[in-house]
Amino acid sequence: MSRSTARIDVKKVNSELVTLTYGALVAQMVKDFDNVDDVSKQLERLGYNMGIRLIEDYLAKTATGRCLDLKDTADKIQSAFRMYLGVQPNVANWSPAGDEFSFILDTNPITELVELPEEIKGLKYCNIICGVIRGALEMVQLDVQCWIVQDQLKGDANTEIRVKFIRRLEDAIPAGED
Amino acid sequence: MGDETIFEFLHAEIINYTMNQNEIKKSDCKDEELSDLEYIGFTTGFKMIERLTKEMPRFKDELDTMKFICTDFWTAIYKKQIDNLRTNHQGVYVLQDNSFRFLTKISDGRQYLDVAPKYVGFTCGVIRGSLANLGINSIVTAEIQNMPLCKFHIQVQRN
Repeated sequence: MSRSTARIDVKKVNSELVTLTYGALVAQMVKDFDNVDDVSKQLERLGYNMGIRLIEDYLAKTATGRCLDLKDTADKIQSAFRMYLGVQPNVANWSPAGDEFSFILDTNPITELVELPEEIKGLKYCNIICGVIRGALEMVQLDVQCWIVQDQLKGDANTEIRVKFIRRLEDAIPAGED
Repeated sequence: MGDETIFEFLHAEIINYTMNQNEIKKSDCKDEELSDLEYIGFTTGFKMIERLTKEMPRFKDELDTMKFICTDFWTAIYKKQIDNLRTNHQGVYVLQDNSFRFLTKISDGRQYLDVAPKYVGFTCGVIRGSLANLGINSIVTAEIQNMPLCKFHIQVQRN
């Protein structure tokens, strides 16, 4: 071939592809809904759907066992971030009760090349990550709440994602059994 | 971002989303159904090519551009090259991928053929978007007879 393939960095392309595809999707959503809150909600739902499938992939690839405690869970999500987004967030700001913590990302791959216009400043662009975390944890019987505290798109220094443990889900009894 | 699983899941969710959206909008025309999906692909491809070809020399002609799409571009996105490129030298190109990435996990044969168009709509858009940014207006359609083989028909619009 006349053109050298070496110049295209496959890893970088893949990352940009996801970023741009996600951007195109958000743009479409903003067009579809009048309300930015609805868009944020949709993004969360979409993330949730991805999360419940992603956990399978994660467990298969890492051969990890059950989490012992929330600290362990946080570490594993941290490693999932590295695996899927190529970034290593810091786990910080534990609540005194030990049921809440934050992921602090100094670079956020999905907001690269992104700038929020003034009229949709309220949009929670990274809400998809919250959805993914919630969906994935639900599949391992952990009910959590997840939201964005700081956002680089809104001028903060870091992106901070807060996770709050709600309860442990019980396995339901299969239908037809007592 | 390391993993392609993310892209695959995101792609699946985009399909999911646009299909839901269509049901709400209740578009009765069948062609309308895939247009949002195609448009998302179009914007992605359009921006993608801008970043990919930033430091590349100018393409010699249309065929050279197509070759680039088939080799480097396809490899960058779908991890393999197009298996066969055919053209009638009058602006019609047929790109054949013998195992198209989004179809390989669905079926190996004719099962689920009815849902297959959903999984290629995005890619049609990507191709159209890339070509558009390289100065070629086109219409891209896909033809699937036997999964996971997929043929993309590119019809260059001249004016």
